[in-house]
Amino acid sequence: MQLWAGKKRRITASSLAMLLFFVLLAILMLFPLYALFLASLKPATELFRYGLNVRLDVPLMSLDNYKTIFMGEGAAANYFGWYKNSLIITLLFTLLSLLLSSMVGYGLGMYRFKGRALIFTLVLVVMMIPVEIILLPLYKLTITLKLINTVWGVILPFVVAPLPIFFFRQFVLGLPKDFMDAGRMDGCSEYGIYFRIMVPLMAPAFGAITILQAMNSWNNFLWPLIVLRTTEQFTLPIGLASFVTPLGNNYEALISGAVMAILPILVLFLFFQRYFIEGLTVGGVKG
Amino acid sequence: MQLERELNPGKIRKEPRKKWGNSQKIAPYVFVFPFLLSFVLFFAYPLVSAGVMSFQEVLPGEVSFVGLDNYKALWNEDFGAALYNSSRYTLWTLLLLIPVPMLLAVLLNSKRMVFSHFFRSTLFIPALTSVVVAGVIFRLIFGELDGALLNTILHWFGLPSQKWLYSSSLGMVALVVLAGWRWMGINVLYFLSALQSIPGELVEAAQIDGAGKLRRLWSITVPLLKPITIYVVTITIYGGYAMFTESYMLWAGKPSPQNIGLTMVGYIYQQGFQYFNLGFGSAIGLTLLAITLIVSMVQLALTGMFRKEE
Repeated sequence: MQLWAGKKRRITASSLAMLLFFVLLAILMLFPLYALFLASLKPATELFRYGLNVRLDVPLMSLDNYKTIFMGEGAAANYFGWYKNSLIITLLFTLLSLLLSSMVGYGLGMYRFKGRALIFTLVLVVMMIPVEIILLPLYKLTITLKLINTVWGVILPFVVAPLPIFFFRQFVLGLPKDFMDAGRMDGCSEYGIYFRIMVPLMAPAFGAITILQAMNSWNNFLWPLIVLRTTEQFTLPIGLASFVTPLGNNYEALISGAVMAILPILVLFLFFQRYFIEGLTVGGVKG
Repeated sequence: MQLERELNPGKIRKEPRKKWGNSQKIAPYVFVFPFLLSFVLFFAYPLVSAGVMSFQEVLPGEVSFVGLDNYKALWNEDFGAALYNSSRYTLWTLLLLIPVPMLLAVLLNSKRMVFSHFFRSTLFIPALTSVVVAGVIFRLIFGELDGALLNTILHWFGLPSQKWLYSSSLGMVALVVLAGWRWMGINVLYFLSALQSIPGELVEAAQIDGAGKLRRLWSITVPLLKPITIYVVTITIYGGYAMFTESYMLWAGKPSPQNIGLTMVGYIYQQGFQYFNLGFGSAIGLTLLAITLIVSMVQLALTGMFRKEE
């Protein structure tokens, strides 16, 4: 009994050390976000003159930087337009991606058909090759298809993404095929089986892929930067980046705009943590 | 069928409906069709066309074949800098983002760890920021002014201010710290989920056999983490050579001093979209493809060799 108690005390000591270590690490990880938030409350001239610091000059603090954004002053005139563009693209991209990649994953996982292995190999090939390699021809193609500077130009080339297909396939492989036969017996069409029986069963996979694709789309930078040519069409990341110019930075709008870009995600994360964590690590499913 | 006949005696059919290509033979092709279309249009065609373009000089309304000229032109300082930077960045992210998250995951998975879930979520939060937002923050943290955050910390230790984003090695530090900050939490989660699938009896058995803590970690946990480690290594290499936005944000979209922030993708972007050298840009792209394929193959060969030893 005494031995047990002694052991327990030792456990407490080492977990205390670990706790301390992780508290410090957590502070370190959250610190950049805190610094950004603090800077957003201080006059931009401070930032320009002294650089990013974490002095708590309460008398200096105000919401003036946010006013720049909300009043749409200067370069920030389009900020909420960018916000809207980002929301529209994220919504369309995520919904289409869910529909199409779940279909493909389902087809590959549920049916045995000629060419299945080949198609699955192609999915893996697309997954292995960085898209950055084909940026230039893809850009030319987007011009040819008259998709340049449009929402669809941003969405269509990447909406049927290999990782979600792969994930849905793995998920579907674990579903019982009996449901299919049952559905057929009840006179469901093959597509009815998919929409009415299988989609509800695939709900957890849909949850993870929703977060994955929504985050990818919301944060996407390089491709929208290439496709979207006019300021009105920009998405939020492109717009924010446009505040950083070789000629000087628009700190007021940049800092408060960055805070407002990350804030909704942080709030959503508080409520849907599990889905975020599942969604952003879907690549780890065993093949 | 039987059931349907009973329920709808008026609508007796010999077979289920046949419209919409509804047969078990055709349906799978309908399901995979979106991928086939997207693959041909947005992947295979551009890939082939990148191959063709890399042998061409593409000017508006005028395209001419120039043989290997584009590839020969790769032998220049800028390309060298881009290749060097991307490779160096990939190497450093591998060194930082594999062992550290693995260790953190082992600690978080330990029975003695309290509030494990809380810390897992906290470490994950940076992954929620876009590279653009993260770039804005780290650009300021690594500011050159005396009052900038990192320089302030240097002063505490009596060190002089640094012009972080003006030197090759310090600029690389900024890039790697930014990557480490954003990716740490995700990689910790990969390792954690793999750790949680390791059966506890295995570790206990080793403990009974008298294996010490380090010995258990090295001989049981690390080998069992191999599949996920291979995966994380693969995406880290992929992400390393595809890196662009981080450097674009740190150096404000302009050429970095002496190309210290130029990456392979940055070079494609610069040549293709700023100078409109589509042919040369494609040649860079295909070289990048070759490099990533070679690195992946080397990695697969290495991990394959490990398998034989087992």
